Amino acid sequence: MVQYLGSPLDLSFAALSDVTRRGIIDQLGRGDASITSLADKFQMTLTGMKKHVQVLERAGLVITQKVGRVRTCKLGKRGLKAEAEWIEAHRKLFEARFEALDEIINEMKQEGSDD
Amino acid sequence: MTEQVNSAGGARNRTSVERRGDRELLVTRTFDAPPSTVYRAWSQPELFQRWWVPKSASGILLVSCEMDVCTGGKYRLEFGAGGSDTMAFYGKYLEVVPNERIVWTNDEGEEGAITTVTFEDQGGSTLLIFHEVYPSKEALEEALQGSAAALPEQLVQLDELLSSIGE
Repeated sequence: MVQYLGSPLDLSFAALSDVTRRGIIDQLGRGDASITSLADKFQMTLTGMKKHVQVLERAGLVITQKVGRVRTCKLGKRGLKAEAEWIEAHRKLFEARFEALDEIINEMKQEGSDD
Repeated sequence: MTEQVNSAGGARNRTSVERRGDRELLVTRTFDAPPSTVYRAWSQPELFQRWWVPKSASGILLVSCEMDVCTGGKYRLEFGAGGSDTMAFYGKYLEVVPNERIVWTNDEGEEGAITTVTFEDQGGSTLLIFHEVYPSKEALEEALQGSAAALPEQLVQLDELLSSIGE
């Protein structure tokens, strides 16, 4: 049941595992940009930038729209995080972490390994 | 919400997360153990890697975890999701005071935050304060919208999917 979850997760993960692609997401957070201007900004060929944008698009992190001869990129819905959601995501993450930390601390206490 | 009870028998300690001012994030929680114990679970890599990636994020693995927790030391964490892609988080420890405080940089991005974790003794228990300061309001805003938000989001999404599937 769980294995099919691997696919969207893998896509996002693969998309964000590259430092240039993370830079593109940051850049689009400041405003929409054409593929040409992104290529200039990151000093890459147009082809190289198109490939990066395709990876981000497949992961749902970026949306592109072609008007005339210019393809404009903007953050996808998943790239636009409302602050409240972001805070909530952090809360859940830390809550899960700290519950696991609790378990380890309890183990350590039971081992009587405290100073 | 049902109140859960931890194995120490007390009510579950709350995790609080808040944004402070323009460029700070603050996470606090109490642990039922002295600072020396909590500090050890944070500073020894073999213990740290057992809790930093929650079990609920079963799709994400900590591939490697190198931590030299001393002032001037370095750390590097590499995450993977099963494929050949990994994501690395790395930086150096600016200040380490055993059982009290660890301060480190986050160097994987251009405008990384400085993170301070403090262990406050509260008569046998520990108040843990995790405090991130970004270099600018813009850097925090970018983190809100950009890649820094993506990983927790993934974990939460996975968490929600797993919990909606149930047993």
